Amino acid sequence: MAVTFNLNGKSTTVDVAADTPLLWILRDTLNYKGTKFGCGVGQCGACTVHVNGAAIRSCQRLASTLDGVDVKTVEGLSTDGTHALQQAWEELDVPQCGYCQAGQLMSAAALLERNANPTDRDIDNAMNGNICRCATYIRIRAGIKRAAEIKRGTVTPSNPGGRPEDTSDGSPRRLLEPSR
Amino acid sequence: MTTTIRPTKKKGLHRRDFFRVSALAGGGMLIATYIPELEGKLSGLSGRARADFMPNAFIKITPEGVITIVSKNPEIGQGIKTHLPMIIADELDVDWKDVHIEQADFNPEAYGSQGAGGSTATPINWTPLRQAGAVGRAMMITAAAQTWSVPEPECTTGHGAVMHASSNRRMTYGQLANKAATLTGPAANTVKLKDPKDYHIIGTRVPGVDNHKIVTGQPLFGIDFTMPGMLCAVIEKCAVFGGKVVSANLDEIKREPGVKHAFVIEPGPVARDGLLSSVAILADTWWQANSARKKLKVQWDEGPMVTHSSAGYEAKSVELSQQPAQRNLRKDGDFEAALAGASNKVEAAYFYPFLSHAPLEPQNTTALFKDGKVELWSATQQPNGGRGLVTRTLGIENSDVTIHIMRAGGGFGRRLTNDYMVEAAAIAKMVPGTPVKLIWTREDDIQHDFYRPAGWHYFSGGVDAAGKVVAWRDHFVSFGEGNGFSNSASIGATEFPARFIRNYMLDASVMPSDVPMGAMRAPGSNGIAFAVQGYIDELAHAAGKDPVQFRRDLLSQWQADPPAPAAEGGRGGRGGGRGGGPQFDAARMRGVLDLAAEKANWGKTTLPQGTGMGVAFHFSHRGHFAEVVQATVTKAGTVTVDKVWMAGDIGSQIVNLSHAENQAQGGVIEGVSHALGQEITIDKGRVVQTNFNNYPLLRMRQSFPVETHFLKTDNDPTGLGEPMLPPVIPALCNAIHAATGKRVRTLPLSKNDLKWG
Repeated sequence: MAVTFNLNGKSTTVDVAADTPLLWILRDTLNYKGTKFGCGVGQCGACTVHVNGAAIRSCQRLASTLDGVDVKTVEGLSTDGTHALQQAWEELDVPQCGYCQAGQLMSAAALLERNANPTDRDIDNAMNGNICRCATYIRIRAGIKRAAEIKRGTVTPSNPGGRPEDTSDGSPRRLLEPSR
Repeated sequence: MTTTIRPTKKKGLHRRDFFRVSALAGGGMLIATYIPELEGKLSGLSGRARADFMPNAFIKITPEGVITIVSKNPEIGQGIKTHLPMIIADELDVDWKDVHIEQADFNPEAYGSQGAGGSTATPINWTPLRQAGAVGRAMMITAAAQTWSVPEPECTTGHGAVMHASSNRRMTYGQLANKAATLTGPAANTVKLKDPKDYHIIGTRVPGVDNHKIVTGQPLFGIDFTMPGMLCAVIEKCAVFGGKVVSANLDEIKREPGVKHAFVIEPGPVARDGLLSSVAILADTWWQANSARKKLKVQWDEGPMVTHSSAGYEAKSVELSQQPAQRNLRKDGDFEAALAGASNKVEAAYFYPFLSHAPLEPQNTTALFKDGKVELWSATQQPNGGRGLVTRTLGIENSDVTIHIMRAGGGFGRRLTNDYMVEAAAIAKMVPGTPVKLIWTREDDIQHDFYRPAGWHYFSGGVDAAGKVVAWRDHFVSFGEGNGFSNSASIGATEFPARFIRNYMLDASVMPSDVPMGAMRAPGSNGIAFAVQGYIDELAHAAGKDPVQFRRDLLSQWQADPPAPAAEGGRGGRGGGRGGGPQFDAARMRGVLDLAAEKANWGKTTLPQGTGMGVAFHFSHRGHFAEVVQATVTKAGTVTVDKVWMAGDIGSQIVNLSHAENQAQGGVIEGVSHALGQEITIDKGRVVQTNFNNYPLLRMRQSFPVETHFLKTDNDPTGLGEPMLPPVIPALCNAIHAATGKRVRTLPLSKNDLKWG
């Protein structure tokens, strides 16, 4: 069946079987690899995306229910890493293996959309569906609080601790890009 | 390892090119992000006379000043892709911001060992990689000194440049690259290494080099790899270990939407770890392949394992424990006589279950078989083992196999075994010229793992009137045959408290099983520490002593001579293990024990009823770690970890402060995750658990603060991937005892009734 929905603000049409999960439409049909496959049964949260602003498990959302919806993936947070959560994640060096982090970011983004100053309990409730097998929970929690600060404008993002200072011309530079 | 061999030429398309092609095929969205600025720089240079400076396989400096450092080991979340280049860059004396990091393909001739396991990367590479950087720096000094006709000792380096202070001259490494490329470098073991006080990258907080790609969702992991014309594959194996395909409804499956091929795979020459009898389905998309799989009907010959079960193993263990041990692994003094004279005797049986690794990225590999050669894109911890498995199974040579090491969404030991890699290679061989990406489901992963072996420890021992341990016996019951233990199911003859108790016996009995077993983060130690440190707590209780003081006394009461390094037994990197290195050192352990107790304010806080502190220490993978857990147990028996204080001694230098802290906290939390509710059970020769709903991993709500403290000692730096994990499990169980009076001797905690009051 042909399905048309908005993907990160762009109208997108795919022709897939009606029971195809959004996860696999994103990964295989549209080549958006940011959204991850972890369990396939809505238990791990690696595939979390936003549908109409709500954080949902894309492995459980079928093509037949997507007509006309707004889908936002990690690629849609920002392509240049300027979303407050992306900044905080880099600043605090949150990832270990990094596989779950797209899902973590999307759950956290939905939380911050509705709650500018989440408590630990709010974070527990919003993030409990996202497993981090490496157990970076301490930094995820700190990252959400840091992003909330950045978003509220109470602080400006700084270089991560120990990261060498900016280049001599004073412009911030992406310091750690691998060359491939 | 030699540091003077250059990388061999890559054949065919570079991985980077594939990414670019795939991005185009995907509609162009990712092109911009996949043609980095660097490539633009380089492509404009073709045809011009130039020489890159490549003093060894790890460093490349172009005349334009582009500094590339190759990271040779697989990145599985342990931070190695940042860690190893940091070591090189510091000695090369360049600024981290100027460095580009590139993941190496598998090429042991160029890079030496390339693996992720046993917490070995730091001990193996600490000196050679500092030397690799220092050779590059020395050659830059030579190039500058010759250019300026000044003595080398008058030259200094900094920020990727050589300086001559008295003449106020400076040349960047890029400017010197052409000249340096003509020089012969000094022998690696002759170069002067930095004084640690001069490190400017080592010992700082450096974020992971792939973080930006991770947070912006760029393709990065093995599962993200794609190629034009690629098919996606699923594989169905018998749920019963060792079962074989008799027949399957392949004709029906081939008519399913998108399905291009379906076939039976015959088992390969390597049993258990290798290619198993199975059915593969290939389709245009993974979802199509997996949908077709749901209609797959296979008639299996389930084989002899169908009679095996966890309940059967438990019964066999009890039977073995009541018989004389099959063999003795260590005997000091006279255990029986000492026990007879003890004033307090304690008997206890400890059990820990099978566990599954469950890395979050399901197993996958992309393979292309063409003209008798196979190219593989795989997240693997042990590419060398993978290559061996592929050559033996496909009947090809090492030179016919190319392995691109992909970033892994977790390892934990699972990807030391390359079964999924050989599956992809075998499937690809059936469709020559067509690239195939095999992806397992989570259910495949949990039901076809190489499990952390279950184990039983039957302890008996006693303390004298002064509270000193006078007798200790552990009858360890495990899996294996004859004098051999199953993979990662062994115990070493130097395992603590061996050497610290005069009348000590370590016995072992084994039972056979074809349940696949393998190394899981801190193999052996992750179960043994729970049993040993729990039983030590029981002895402390019997002696009426404080658990920290009791352990201090145990560390100082007596010590046999350490074994010769070669005598260190057992698999899994405990003790000296692979790569040699330090043995259990009582003074170092005392150091971390005291530090953990001090930071936790041990014995100085009054805790409410239902809350308690527990302590444990363990030596593994060359690291000495002590941990204190504070836990609260509700009257209904629900356990909450309030906080953990970790103290570790991994030598004189922490390479990356940021990742070390992250890794240490994650390992401690993982240990608690094992304890809370993780268990793999076997019934009718197959695994009962299927997914995260019945194999629960610790979640945000259960997470807790972990204070990490490192005791720097005058010892060579060693690894941090594993040794933080084992002590937290017994420390938690000992905290539960302090909180409730209930002793946990069986894991996971969910099998214990912890109600109190």
